[in-house]
Amino acid sequence: MVILFGFTLNGFEVLAWENMSILEVAGFYGIEIPTLCFMEGLSPYGGCRLCLVEVGPVGKSRLVTSCTYPAREGIEVRTHSQKVLQQRRMLLELYVAACPSSKWLQDLASKHHVTEVRFKPKGEECILCGRCVRMCREQMMGEAIGYVDRGTQRRITTPFDKKSEDCRLCGGCMYVCPVCQLRCQGPKEKSTLCSSCLNLYPPCAEKFEEVMCYMDPCAACELEKG
Amino acid sequence: MKTFCHCNNHYGLENSSIILFMQNIQRNCGYLPEDELKRLADNTGTPLMDIYSIATFYKSFKLEPQGEHTITVCTGTACHLRGSGEVFEEMAAVLGVGSGGGTSEDGKYTLEKVNCLGACALAPLIVIDGHYHGNVTPGKAREMIEEHYKEEEKKESKKVNMIG
Amino acid sequence: MNALGLLRDVKELKRLKSELKKEKREKFVSVCGDTGCSVWDSKKVDEVFRRVLEEKGLSEEIPVKSTGCLGFCECGPVVIVFPEEIFYQKVNEEDVEEIVEETVVKGKVVERLLYHDPREDKKIVKASDIPFYKKQVRNLLGDNWLIDPGSIVDYFSREGYAAAAKAFTEMSPEEVINEIKEARLRGRGGAGFPTGVKWEECFTKNVENKYIICNADEGDPGAFMDRSILEGNPHSVLEGMMIGGYATGSNHGIVYIREEYPTALEKVKNAILKARETGMLGENILNSGFDFDITVSVGAGAFVCGETSALVNSIEGKVGEPRQKPPHLAEKGLYGKPTVVNNVETLANVPRIIRWGAEEFARAGSKNSGGTKIFSLVGKIRNTGLVEVPLGLPLREIIYEIGGGIKGGGHLKAVQTGGPSGGCLPGYMLDIPTDFEELDAAGSMMGSGGMIVMDYGTCMVEFSRYFLSFLSGESCGKCFSCREGIYRMLEIVEEVAAGTATLSHLDLLEELGEMVKNTTMCGLGKTSANPVLSTLKFFKGEYLAHIMENRCPAGVCRALVTVFINQELCSGCGVCRKKCPEEAITGEKKEPHYIEKALCSKCGICIESCPEEAITRA
Repeated sequence: MVILFGFTLNGFEVLAWENMSILEVAGFYGIEIPTLCFMEGLSPYGGCRLCLVEVGPVGKSRLVTSCTYPAREGIEVRTHSQKVLQQRRMLLELYVAACPSSKWLQDLASKHHVTEVRFKPKGEECILCGRCVRMCREQMMGEAIGYVDRGTQRRITTPFDKKSEDCRLCGGCMYVCPVCQLRCQGPKEKSTLCSSCLNLYPPCAEKFEEVMCYMDPCAACELEKG
Repeated sequence: MKTFCHCNNHYGLENSSIILFMQNIQRNCGYLPEDELKRLADNTGTPLMDIYSIATFYKSFKLEPQGEHTITVCTGTACHLRGSGEVFEEMAAVLGVGSGGGTSEDGKYTLEKVNCLGACALAPLIVIDGHYHGNVTPGKAREMIEEHYKEEEKKESKKVNMIG
Repeated sequence: MNALGLLRDVKELKRLKSELKKEKREKFVSVCGDTGCSVWDSKKVDEVFRRVLEEKGLSEEIPVKSTGCLGFCECGPVVIVFPEEIFYQKVNEEDVEEIVEETVVKGKVVERLLYHDPREDKKIVKASDIPFYKKQVRNLLGDNWLIDPGSIVDYFSREGYAAAAKAFTEMSPEEVINEIKEARLRGRGGAGFPTGVKWEECFTKNVENKYIICNADEGDPGAFMDRSILEGNPHSVLEGMMIGGYATGSNHGIVYIREEYPTALEKVKNAILKARETGMLGENILNSGFDFDITVSVGAGAFVCGETSALVNSIEGKVGEPRQKPPHLAEKGLYGKPTVVNNVETLANVPRIIRWGAEEFARAGSKNSGGTKIFSLVGKIRNTGLVEVPLGLPLREIIYEIGGGIKGGGHLKAVQTGGPSGGCLPGYMLDIPTDFEELDAAGSMMGSGGMIVMDYGTCMVEFSRYFLSFLSGESCGKCFSCREGIYRMLEIVEEVAAGTATLSHLDLLEELGEMVKNTTMCGLGKTSANPVLSTLKFFKGEYLAHIMENRCPAGVCRALVTVFINQELCSGCGVCRKKCPEEAITGEKKEPHYIEKALCSKCGICIESCPEEAITRA
């Protein structure tokens, strides 16, 4: 039996059922909350902090990640209050400063009227949203990449920074990456995450029975072949 | 009511944790060799990636072989206020290692930092091979290493004399 | 009394206690065996005492106790001779024979080893007369003077396990919880959550296999209260856990102890073994029907594992990433079961509450928190050590009456409470009582009890840089706002310290601080901005001096400071020239020397080696 309960979303009484996150309910009612690390089909992570919403009565509220916070009976949620918007803009400013070359981040920032970035650009290529890790683990049944180190030194790589025996070169990690989505690493790239841009005959085809792969053939590689 | 005394080894330690196994490996080998970790991954069915994440997350784990002697400089607040930063820099300079610590080229000394050993009344504090030394200044630190080197050289030459 | 057998019920426990009372030794010598004093070779002092007493045939009559921290670390190695409570400071091996001859045998005092009170300008004999101890209410640490932590017999003779016996055989879990609530005991780890309420939440969960965890991951730099309790009186913590287990319905306790405390780990393991031998841990304790056992889990070097959900993850063998709440640990904790995590000091207070009753316990304390709190008083303070006072005592009293004021006769600039999650309070705020809410309101927090005293030789900009640098490595790194926020705050503070920042940076710093506070998931992130925000609030002038005048008033920030030799004071002895690792000093013998700015690394070796004190930083 499905149990429905009610709570307040942006001043409106809405209904939800058990095990729904606030993000899901909001989406159901057509309220768009920006996200980065969230992706349908992957477990929610709550690391990017962009989907923050205000929960609780005014004056006694706190900001929580809507992708992980379960909707509960009687709570008061505000997705676009001043407090929330202010924090979202600051976060986006920091994102753009961290990773200026990402089109997705630039677009999100400008949608939120972020017009200046007051921090030194870092030129990083990873925002540690973890989509690739969860994609590899949960959808591709791989264990090739994960987080290492902690704090400001945290990064994503393979065990011992060496080519992983587990990695099937499926490219799933690159497919879901919100930052590098339109840039190909190329076959000569020394990165340990992906060492080739797949062409029509995947390198792992002979190793595995089924190829779960998302990479389109890359024009650059095809051109290089001549 | 059930007892669970069966789940304790005679040290009284929780043994369901991969961290405990890694601590044991480090105790035996002095650090965490790659092949030992791979073996651990195979034996426990834990993904190697998870083990590597744990090894790099927790700072007591070392992935490189350590020097014969370990010098730990406490960088807790009390020690910092009394100049442990300068002590560390001085020792790094004497041993020829970088500002993040490391092992000297001759493999004899590993210099590392630690976040507060809880002996704040003796700040600045350093630990050499498990022996605590308090109220250390950069000058004293330099002298300590130089003396230690001399002692080690004496021991080495004694050994050589005994063999030869 | 040597080996104790298994105590099968309360009667046997009572019998043991009356036997111990009869055999009680009034005369004994306590030698501080804590990690702190051991640096000054207190172990050797201990050995010599035992040897000398053995030689004189007195070792049976007059035992030597190798105790935990006696509190007054400034005076270590500390020896206290009982029953007169004669306090001897800075005792060396060479002094032992005299102490035994004069004090132990003849009952006379060795004047030169007594503590000298600088204010009254007189020597003090009795430990509790010393101003440092006089104003304290040493409910927890007092026992450290009297018991050998390795001996369960000593603990039994100090009413040990009487509270557990009472709880298991005369009280219901609800009654225990109520008592803890009435005592207004609040978590001593930092958050100050009411312990009784926490236990009640877990108690109401009708699930098998609950857990009670002792958080001994004392990561706050400058804090060593928990270490001293674990090394000095481990059984008090075990007893507290047992009572907590009874109250919450958990049969399994785990002590999570940080890897950097090897001595404390040994003492706790030993105490657990002894408790098991006497039947105080195991099945059907004292025939009460209650089973309880304790195991130990060792940390691996992560400050964030002091956060309760990260701690639980660590015990489960994962990286120490905090968990999102809800669900709270009382609902879904270790291995998905209801779990309670309590701090060491919190648990050590529990047996007292059951023995004395809530009212008596709460008498020392403030309106909303009962009992005493241990603070580690360190930094530029005359009397460094552990101080136990009733909650609500003003900071001023702790620092001046007990702490003896500023070391070196300088003036207090700031006091920092709460470790990396706390804030710095200036001198004019010293009348604030040590109370959870009051300290929060002032912009700092109680934290675990670290109290760091600073004089004008400390630069507040450098201080906040230090904490941000600490947190940047200790944050787990999952939340973008914490990771990136701390990185950017550190970047700005480093620019201030280097003299390259502008005024707009300060506004940005505040904005960042607010953002990190609001948007991060766990306590580490939420409080990470406290040091920088509190120093900005109370010491803005210093930040402005760095930015507008390119000057570090405290003479600390390397980029803005020069080391120079006072030409008038310099005798030309050349000591500094020889010691300088950069060979930056030139000068002829007997002629004033000179430091080459370009080569100088500002390490300070010359300053400490100059016999004329002619070299300074400015």
